[in-house]
Amino acid sequence: MWEYSDKVREHFFNPRNSGPLEGANGIGDVGSIQCGDALRLMLKVDPESERIEAAQFQTFGCGSAIASSSALTEIIQGMTLDEALKVSNQDIADYLDGLPPEKMHCSVMGREALQAAIANYRGEVWSDDHEEGALVCKCFAVDAALIEEVVKANDLHTVQEVTFYTKAGGGCCACHEGVEEILAKVKSEKAGLGEVSPPPACPATPELPKAQPVKLTSVQRIRKIEAVLESVRPMLQRDHGDIELVEVQGKMIYVHLQGACSGCMMEAATLGGIQQKMVEALGELVQVLPVSHMRQA
Amino acid sequence: MEAIYLDNNATTRVDPAVVEAMLPFFTEHFGNASSIHAFGSQVGKALKQAREQVQALLGAEHDSEIIFTSCGTESDSTAILSALKAQPERNTVITTVVEHPAILSLCEWLEKEGYVVHKLKVDKKGRLDLDEYKSLLHDRVAIVSAMWANNETGTLFPVEQMAELAAAKGIMFHTDAVQAVGKVPIDLKNSKIDLLSLSGHKLHAPKGIGVLYLRRGCRFRPLLRGGHQERGRRAGTENSASIVGLGVACALAQQHMQTEQGEVRRLRDKLEKGILSQVSHCFATGDTANRLPNTSNIAFEYIEGEAILLLLNKLGIAASSGSACTSGSLEPSHVMRAMGIPYTAAHGTTRFSLSRYNTEVEVDRVIAAVPPIVAQLRKLSPYWKDSAPVSEFSPAYA
Repeated sequence: MWEYSDKVREHFFNPRNSGPLEGANGIGDVGSIQCGDALRLMLKVDPESERIEAAQFQTFGCGSAIASSSALTEIIQGMTLDEALKVSNQDIADYLDGLPPEKMHCSVMGREALQAAIANYRGEVWSDDHEEGALVCKCFAVDAALIEEVVKANDLHTVQEVTFYTKAGGGCCACHEGVEEILAKVKSEKAGLGEVSPPPACPATPELPKAQPVKLTSVQRIRKIEAVLESVRPMLQRDHGDIELVEVQGKMIYVHLQGACSGCMMEAATLGGIQQKMVEALGELVQVLPVSHMRQA
Repeated sequence: MEAIYLDNNATTRVDPAVVEAMLPFFTEHFGNASSIHAFGSQVGKALKQAREQVQALLGAEHDSEIIFTSCGTESDSTAILSALKAQPERNTVITTVVEHPAILSLCEWLEKEGYVVHKLKVDKKGRLDLDEYKSLLHDRVAIVSAMWANNETGTLFPVEQMAELAAAKGIMFHTDAVQAVGKVPIDLKNSKIDLLSLSGHKLHAPKGIGVLYLRRGCRFRPLLRGGHQERGRRAGTENSASIVGLGVACALAQQHMQTEQGEVRRLRDKLEKGILSQVSHCFATGDTANRLPNTSNIAFEYIEGEAILLLLNKLGIAASSGSACTSGSLEPSHVMRAMGIPYTAAHGTTRFSLSRYNTEVEVDRVIAAVPPIVAQLRKLSPYWKDSAPVSEFSPAYA
């Protein structure tokens, strides 16, 4: 069974604000019985202040779907509609002390119901832009749709590249087969359509030259090393980290991981990926190591 | 409050007599059966006895037809891969859509490797169409693999008849009998079944021990190569304690066969009738006239299985569900979908699987516990109002 937090259990066993709401003036229905969960969120909004005076729910679904619905009604009680629209699915998960990664979609459904109910109150049409795909990478909760999108947009070809761009596959490695399948699918679709690959949308991974026929001077080598680091820097910065070149000793390239990257459990995977790029760029076998490994002269 | 365990198709309690028989093989008779000294030969004798106990339960002709493995999954993989390797001129596998993932995932992989896999469909009661089956038996088929009993519904397939049909065409037949062994009588020497998988932990032996039955004369290629254990058909030092335990469990299963077919069946029927008669909009899935004596799978409409299990668990009752949410997938069980169980019910399927340890008092407690749980969840469900389903709830954003 799932590792539910005490708070999830408590909200499931004793759901708050369940059942139909008399006099509701904003109703959001999301989900379906086919998908295994569905939620009706009912709001009573004060037209003067646009404040949510009451919120109740009815949910068909698993323990965390019911707990997420219950948590949502507690969170938004008393909020203005504008405040409520800022509630994210992560807020719902946080309120419950977290949800198992496979269950994050329950919190997403809660947020969708909230948006739908507010749209309903305002007489707007709410359009659902959330396409739910199966989680491929469970370590980092990355779904197939996102991987496919990123693979297409950036013309990715290897699992390693996918890990760099999305983190998928960077943990327990169990999803590598799944990621390969997506890569193969995108590749065959492209071949089938005879499309020219679109220009990379993400910060350029520069075309890395293949094996070098002539030996590089040490200045040329260091320039190439710097170029590789520049190409991965945007991804590291996106995760609030950074990297700095410290020293090159023969085949050893020492770097300093900074910010969120320092001490990250993914450090080895990050360095491994960079090393792969270095090998491709330099056309020789090199090792990329954290500066802590540098032998003091 | 005493816990009630009704999830015996998932795994079973190890019988205390089994544990007792195993214990000396950890600290006293710890030898390697291959060794020449006294430590080794004691173990060798015990393994021989266990092999005969398994042979007896399966009704196999020779004890050398029993190969000890690590689990049912290993037995399944060994059987199918062996058939393909040993007959390179044959590239097709016939199986069914409702097999355990131990077979289905392997078959998906085989398809990617270029093999042809035919999955027989089932009807709404989970039954096979034998005419379709017959029409698929041709000389490119390396092996047929069909489960003896379905783990979710308990539905029994006519594997003996299917094996006859395959044998008439010179095709190997394997059955995943993990759920059937110990619950239904098996007599392999009078059947045409070539290979059979069983798993210890489904019949009150420990986890981590399984058996592949391999009919004498059947072509074979090992999965694990190495030492000469199991006559070179499955290398790796014998898991002697667990093998001894499995032997005892098989002997006990033979003694209790009447209990399974009699008392366990009576309790299962009482449980099922008790629930169906008190709860509206629910039904038993599978081929209820032809199934394991211990299994009842009930589909509760308009509620979700995981929520049912959590509430049952709070009352100390352990069951299982075919709902998407309990498995981590986004789809309800492949068995329910294969039978065409509507989504309104498939998400609410709940499996109760009994064993010889269950009592009348326990069954009565479950019969009393289920109706209020169903009512509580239906009260929360937008698909339900008062005492009937509502039709007008159809969200625009499905």
